[in-house]
Amino acid sequence: MASTTLIPAGDYRTSYAADTTIFPTAASRNAAVAGIVLICFAPQVLSAYWLSILIQIGIFGIAALGLNILVGFTGQISIGHAAFFLLGAFTSAYLSNHMSIPVFFAIPLAGLVTALVGLIFGLPAARLKGLYLVIATLAAQYILLDFFNRAEWFTGGSVPASANPFSIFGYTLRGDRQYFYVVLAYVLASYLLVTNLMRTRDGRALVAVRDHYLSAEIMGINLTKYRTLSFALAAFFAGIAGALYAHYQLVVSNEGFGIERSIIFLAMVIIGGTGSIMGTLMGTAFVVLLPESMEWISASLKGGAIDRALQLNNNITFLREIAIGLIIIAFLMFEPDGLAHRWRQIKTYWKLYPFSH
Amino acid sequence: MNAQLLIQLLVNGLVVGTLYGVVAMSFVLIYKATQVVNFAQGELLLIGAWVCWVMLTKYQVPFYLGMPLTLAFMFVFGIAIQIVILRPMIGEPIISVIMVTIALSEVFQASLKWIFGVNPQPFPRIFTSQSVNFAGLQIQTVYVMSLVVSVAMMAGMAWFFRVSKYGLAMRATAFNQQVAQSLGISVKSVFAMAWAISATVSAVAGVVVAVVNGVSSGLSAYGIKVFPAAILGGLDSIGGAVLGGIIIGLLENFAQYIDSQYLHWGNLYEVAPFYVLIIILMIKPYGLFGTKDIERI
Repeated sequence: MASTTLIPAGDYRTSYAADTTIFPTAASRNAAVAGIVLICFAPQVLSAYWLSILIQIGIFGIAALGLNILVGFTGQISIGHAAFFLLGAFTSAYLSNHMSIPVFFAIPLAGLVTALVGLIFGLPAARLKGLYLVIATLAAQYILLDFFNRAEWFTGGSVPASANPFSIFGYTLRGDRQYFYVVLAYVLASYLLVTNLMRTRDGRALVAVRDHYLSAEIMGINLTKYRTLSFALAAFFAGIAGALYAHYQLVVSNEGFGIERSIIFLAMVIIGGTGSIMGTLMGTAFVVLLPESMEWISASLKGGAIDRALQLNNNITFLREIAIGLIIIAFLMFEPDGLAHRWRQIKTYWKLYPFSH
Repeated sequence: MNAQLLIQLLVNGLVVGTLYGVVAMSFVLIYKATQVVNFAQGELLLIGAWVCWVMLTKYQVPFYLGMPLTLAFMFVFGIAIQIVILRPMIGEPIISVIMVTIALSEVFQASLKWIFGVNPQPFPRIFTSQSVNFAGLQIQTVYVMSLVVSVAMMAGMAWFFRVSKYGLAMRATAFNQQVAQSLGISVKSVFAMAWAISATVSAVAGVVVAVVNGVSSGLSAYGIKVFPAAILGGLDSIGGAVLGGIIIGLLENFAQYIDSQYLHWGNLYEVAPFYVLIIILMIKPYGLFGTKDIERI
C-alpha cells in the first residue's frame, strides 16, 4: 500500500480509482519504469557472480511473494513453502523431459500443478487457523519431501532430475545472461499481478480475513474460499519460482529444501515486511546477500586469529543459519514491519529533510 | 505374521512413546501457561543432552553430580530464554511468536552443530547394559530405565500441578491471566517458571535418549514428533499429551512393522505420524481432550 504521507500539497485525489493507483505520483511511476529499463542492461554490465545473485533474488523473490500473500495478506502461516517450491521444480523438469512440453509452457503448468496440490493441503487450512495451520503445513513439508524421496519415476530418486534449458520458438536460451531476462519477465509479471490483485475485491477480502476473520465473515466474505484461495496462490508462485529455479540450475534435487529452506522463505517475508509487496523483494535481497556477505567477511578474516579460534570457514553453513535465525528474531522484536517500514521512514525523512517538524 | 518382531516393536513403541509423552507434556506446559507454541522444544532436549555429555566426558564429573548440574543449568536457561526472547513478544500476534520460536530452534540447532560437530557422540556408560528376560522378550535395561524415568516425571508433574501451591498458581494463570494477577499471582514469574520446568523436563528426556542412542542433532526430531502427539491429545491437555505421545510411539513402530512385513516402502516409520496429524486436523482439530475454542463476538 502506498503511504499517503508523501503526497505533495495540492495533489488531491478526487476518485476512488485515483486512490488505488499503483503509483501514487507520476514521479514514482517514472522512477519505477526507469529502474526497470536500467536493470535490463544489467547482464551487459555486471559480472557473472553478481548476475547470478540477481537471478537468485528474482527467483526467490517470486516464491517469497507467494508466501507473503499467505502470511502478510491473509494472516495464515506456512512452514512448508520449500516443499511447494521443490514440487514446482520437479514438475517442470518432468513435464519438459518426459512429456516433451516446451519449457516455455512447462513453467506456468508447473505453477498450476503446484497450486492444485497446494489446494489439497489448503483444504484443512480452510478450517484451521493460527498455529493449527502451521502444524498442518509442517506435516505437508514432511509428507511432500518423503514423496519426492519415494517417487523415483517423478524425481529420479537419488540421481538429481535434469531439466531442459529454457527455449522459446525453437531458440534455446543459454547462459545466465539470457536467462536473466526470463526471470526478470516473470518477476515483473508476478509483482504486477499481485499488486493488482490487492486492488481488487478479492485482494481486499484477503486483507479483511487477516484483520478480523469474524467481521469479514459477517460482511459476506466466504472464509473457506479465501483461505484456500490464498493457499493455492502461495503454492502457485512457489511452483513458478521452483520451475524457474529448475531451468536455471538445469538439475533438480531435494538436497537443501528441508524445513530450513521454508524458514528462509519466512525470513524473507518477515525481514521485508509482512504485507508489503515491494518489501518482499527487499527482504529477499537481504536474505540472499546475507550469506554472501558472511562469506566475504570470513574470507577477509581467513588466516587471522579469529578465524583460527572459531574455525569460521569450516562452519560457514552453520554461521549462516545462526545469522538468519538471529536476524528473524531481531526483526520480529525491533522492527516487526520490516525493511519496507524502514524504507518509508527514510523516504519521509529526506522528503522533509531540513525541516522535519 | 512375525509375532516376535511385532511385540518387540510394540515394546519399543511404548518406551519411545512415553518419551514423546514427556516431551509433549513439557510442550503443552509452555503452551498452556504462556500461549506460546514452542518450536524449539526438540532443541531443549538436545541442549540438555549436550550439556550433560560435556560434563561427563570433558570434565569427568560423575553422573550423580553431572545430572543435577545439567538440570540446574537448564532451569536457568529456560528462564533466560523466556526473559530475553519471549517476554518482549508478549502481546504480539501469535504468528510472530511462532516465528520467533522457529527462528530460535534454527539458532540453537546451528550453534550446537557449530560447537559439537555433526557426528553423533556416544554417551558414557552409566549402567552396565544388560537385557532382562521378560516373558520371553529381551528388553534392554536402558529401556526399562527410560520407561521408569518417564513415568516418574509424569507422576512428578501430576503431583506438582495437583498438590503444590505453585502448580495451582500456574493452573490459575493458564485459566485466566487477569484473574490470576488480581489474586496476587506473579504472572511474570509463572511464565518464567513454565519455561524453566519445561526445559528441565525436556533435558531429562534428552539425557535418557542420549544414554540409549548417543547424542546427535537427530535428537531434535523428538521436538517435531511432539506436534502429532500434542495435537492428537489436544493442545491444552497435559494428560492428553502423554496419551498422544504413547499412541504416536506405538503407531510409529506399528507402521514400521507393516512396512517391513508387507509394504516395503521404507521410511514409513518417519512419515506415518504426519499422515495421522493431517487426518486429526481434518476431523478433530481439538484432539482427544483439548478444549474447543469458542469465540464470542
